[in-house]
Amino acid sequence: MHLLEVEALSKSYRQIGGESTLAIGEISFQVEKGEFVSLVGPSGCGKTTLLMCIAGLIPASSGMVKVNGAGISGPPKNLVLVFQEYNRSLFAWRSVLGNVLFGLEVRGKLSREAEDRARHLIGLVGLEGFERHYPWELSGGMQQRVAIARALAYGPEVLLMDEPFGSVDALTRLELEDTLLKLWQELKTTILFVTHDIEEAIYLSDRICLLSRRPSRVVRGIEIRLERPRNQLTTRADRRFVELRNDIYRQISDQAVK
Amino acid sequence: MKWNSESKLNGLALLVALLPVWEGLSRTELVNPLFFPPMTRILRSFFLLTISGDLPYQILVSLQRALAGYLLAALVCIPLGIVMGLWNQVYRMLELLIEMARPIPPPVIVPVAMLFFGLGDEMKIFVIAFSCAWPVLLNTYDGVRSVDRVLMHTGRTFGLSRGMAITKIVFPAALPQIMTGLRVSLGIMLILVVISEMVGSSDGIGYFVLDSQRRFKVDQMYAGMLSLALTGYALNQLFLLLYNSILAWHKGLTRAS
Ligand SMILES: Nc1ncnc2c1ncn2[C@@H]1O[C@H](COP(=O)(O)OP(=O)(O)OP(=O)(O)O)[C@@H](O)[C@H]1O
Ligand SMILES: [Mg+2]
Repeated sequence: MHLLEVEALSKSYRQIGGESTLAIGEISFQVEKGEFVSLVGPSGCGKTTLLMCIAGLIPASSGMVKVNGAGISGPPKNLVLVFQEYNRSLFAWRSVLGNVLFGLEVRGKLSREAEDRARHLIGLVGLEGFERHYPWELSGGMQQRVAIARALAYGPEVLLMDEPFGSVDALTRLELEDTLLKLWQELKTTILFVTHDIEEAIYLSDRICLLSRRPSRVVRGIEIRLERPRNQLTTRADRRFVELRNDIYRQISDQAVK
Repeated sequence: MKWNSESKLNGLALLVALLPVWEGLSRTELVNPLFFPPMTRILRSFFLLTISGDLPYQILVSLQRALAGYLLAALVCIPLGIVMGLWNQVYRMLELLIEMARPIPPPVIVPVAMLFFGLGDEMKIFVIAFSCAWPVLLNTYDGVRSVDRVLMHTGRTFGLSRGMAITKIVFPAALPQIMTGLRVSLGIMLILVVISEMVGSSDGIGYFVLDSQRRFKVDQMYAGMLSLALTGYALNQLFLLLYNSILAWHKGLTRAS
């Protein structure tokens, strides 16, 4: 049994005029327990839409999503989405610590240990000393890290991340990639990760699902058999890394021409 | 911040500077001093009435009525506004009723309320509650409607139930606007308590001012007005204090953006 299954999922949005746009054509793929899978596709191809369907926040038009073999009809427990609009998803009236504790509070699991864990995660994403700050006192990249720490503190079985490193500088980005990998291994979370950045997808993932433009389909699944733990310098310089990257670029630009 | 406290001091200076002008206008009889007694006489009357306990008593009576009506409006309208904001069917059902009732100038309600409640406190409380209701109701509704969809989604992805979302997300997110409504209603409250006391009452500051005028105790009338002004000012300051303490995050947020 797969941990997460997306079966022939499609989604069209009803427009104000009454017509509808097909955002997702028909997508099927599976994610195994403990896997790190990335979705890569052009802007506007429906990646956010897909994650929202998987998170049970909007209904699919057809097809289904299964978690642990059971079809979902609402937000599944043990699955959390980190939103692309991270700045709009933070609670402005809660401090950084209050935000990170949110998920545990909802579950009724506030305790001394929960707080220690939250503080630990805040430190890991590089925000130590900002526990008492409010989100609006932080830069965009820092806010994004709060959103990540909040999702991790909840301890979900599956973590969906929608371009979570979209607005951090290149150096921080590399650091956060490594932090995420470390936490993924430590917490044995399963991660479905959306990104524009092909190299980031290769560096992080066990597998990449390449999506076409709208209405999107899975063009190809690509296994990444690079050894772990990965290293920003040696992994990225690896011959296989470079080949994978060129291969994927070629595939995407072929599509763009067609 | 510095500029702010400086301009406040300037405001006080202006007020103090106006006192001799008032005094002069009255003493030189440029304005009939019978209707416009010198400030010193008003202040003396104010002082005497304060230590005799007359003014504090009237103010207290009025405040009790005013706050009863105000709190009644808040207790009904905040939950109702939240329900209307969350369930559009409820809003659509009530929309016409609200849009018809809202434009009625509140003083017009007084005779109606007198029919139902007579001249007692109930009448005044009803009139105040009716008038204070609209700003609270509509601001709460608006505030709830404009809660970011992403925030609601965030709640749901962390397993928050719909009911819990009201207390954990909707209410805090809408609170700045709810407070705006409450502040507007605070001013309305003071107006309506005075009006209702002028129409039918034997105590309260509204009655006191009107009664002093009828007996031609003009100093007293002005002293009553002064006590109202001070009360209004104090209420507003108190409200701001409360606002700033529970909405410190919002103050910073609006300053940051
Ligand atoms: N709420 C909505 N109503 C109508 N159409 C929508 C809505 N959300 C998205 N769309 C449409 O669906 C398509 C896919 O949007 P989506 O946000 O899922 O793309 P994306 O792959 O996440 O893009 P990006 O990489 O830029 O974030 C777009 O064409 C968009 O116009
Ligand atoms: Mg997106």
